[in-house]
Amino acid sequence: MKARSAILFGSALAALVVGALASTHVTAADKVDPAADIKAFQNFFFQKFPNVKHEDFANGPYSMNEDMKRQWQEKEEFPPYEFALDAGKEMFATPFKNGKTYADCFPDGGIGIRQNYPYFDEKEGKVVTLELALNRCREANGEAPYSYVKDEMASLTAYMAYTSRGKLMDIKIPDDPRALAAFENGKRYFYTRRGQMNFSCASCHVQSPGERIRAEVLAPALGILNAMPIYRSEWSSMGTTSRRFVTCNSQTRAVPLEPQSDEYRDVEYFLSYVANGLPISGPGARP
Amino acid sequence: MASTIRVRATSNGDITEVQALIQHPMDSGFVKDSKGELIPAHFIQELKFEYNGKDVFVADWGPAVSKDPYVKFSFKGAKKGDDLKISWVDNKGASDTTTAKIS
Amino acid sequence: MTTITGPLATRRLILQGAASVALIGLGNLPFAAQPARAAANDKYPEEAFKQKSEADAIKALYGKTAEPSDKVKLDAPEIAENGGVVPIAVTTTLDKVTSISFFVAENPNALAASYKIPDGTVPSVSNRLKMAKTTNVVAIVEADGKLYSATKEVKVTVGGCGG
Repeated sequence: MKARSAILFGSALAALVVGALASTHVTAADKVDPAADIKAFQNFFFQKFPNVKHEDFANGPYSMNEDMKRQWQEKEEFPPYEFALDAGKEMFATPFKNGKTYADCFPDGGIGIRQNYPYFDEKEGKVVTLELALNRCREANGEAPYSYVKDEMASLTAYMAYTSRGKLMDIKIPDDPRALAAFENGKRYFYTRRGQMNFSCASCHVQSPGERIRAEVLAPALGILNAMPIYRSEWSSMGTTSRRFVTCNSQTRAVPLEPQSDEYRDVEYFLSYVANGLPISGPGARP
Repeated sequence: MASTIRVRATSNGDITEVQALIQHPMDSGFVKDSKGELIPAHFIQELKFEYNGKDVFVADWGPAVSKDPYVKFSFKGAKKGDDLKISWVDNKGASDTTTAKIS
Repeated sequence: MTTITGPLATRRLILQGAASVALIGLGNLPFAAQPARAAANDKYPEEAFKQKSEADAIKALYGKTAEPSDKVKLDAPEIAENGGVVPIAVTTTLDKVTSISFFVAENPNALAASYKIPDGTVPSVSNRLKMAKTTNVVAIVEADGKLYSATKEVKVTVGGCGG
């Protein structure tokens, strides 16, 4: 009983905070203002968790719980993503049938560039994620695309994240109404309640990070994508950003979207942008 | 095929610290697959570390060792640049061997 | 290749297990020659891994019982982040250590791992184990022919034996 009322009280409080944020936002609702959003978003987490070092938010739930942090540090001595990372490195260096490689598709040969994804492609008028860019690279070179959620895609992104570790997330929103619309659309998706449980992404990852939902400790939304892809013990395997979104939706009993659908791309754009300035920590290991 | 065995062996004075991670499903025999059928037990039974022709560490494992098992131990008497031989055998008779340089 | 498990093989292994349980029973008689079961010998301790309870597994592995000792230091989390991967480590200040074993009391089979510690190897092991539910983890150190133990309860909220 006591625990339950505490939770209810907690969410009521959080709802108030969100309400307060929303109402300040209303005054500027006619103008999408990512710069104001990132400030409000980061300050919310920094104030809610004054003892967590800012860069530590890229380490998810491990930044909020000492016992878990020790288990994680032990895991990181020889991390479970090691095999995926090795596989990714090898795949990245292996030429396609036409002799070209992934390096030919990316700036700087694809090394140390994770922090720039996703980006807004002004030609296409849409957000392009790293996973999408990898599959487009494959298709442009006559190779079949990979599944977006795990296996090869997770290995490739693990390697690309690894070469970018410590670089600060640096997502640009060009002065293009379509880019602002994509950002706003992602933000809306993130804060909209859906599914049988009537949860939004924010219900867990903004209101309740560090708290347990059933058995799991919730990760803060701030920096959550900096650790992608992740090896989850729960999955006993690697998963990409796409997999994370799909499982979030299905765990709250909402209908997941197709990986790399416009809305997921926009959510990734929003969530990555508000993590600007935090280091890339992927690939990550998570419970 | 890449080796299933990853080893880090670092010498610090007289002590060599060894960490190993092995790619193996370590199926316990108690888990069902998506069709509801029991996945048969499949796990490494013995993992051996040899230095200079002598066992320095031998693990007997059952199915309760985690997937992609990890182990850490230390032993005395080796030097940087020496070889450490690692091998495992599982309950289906599969095996793998590798040699790591102590750094 | 890897096709030695089948209904027949499985059944035979079970029968073998039953036979060794019977042997242990005999071993308790004063005049019966106790089969050498010290973990220091080379054979894979098949029957010890088949025992359900921790007491039976210790008996099958070592043929004797352990006494708690504060010289055995067991390091395990309060709450496992996932029962499938629980980091557990043991160190000891005891001399003449020949083996270190880990038991998870309420797993389907208690014995999880047993390590031989030859002369010159430091009596300290870290590994990652599966735990089906909240229960005691027991580490046994065999030193100078005697058994010493340390026990710690680890809470498991997400079990390591399911999907």
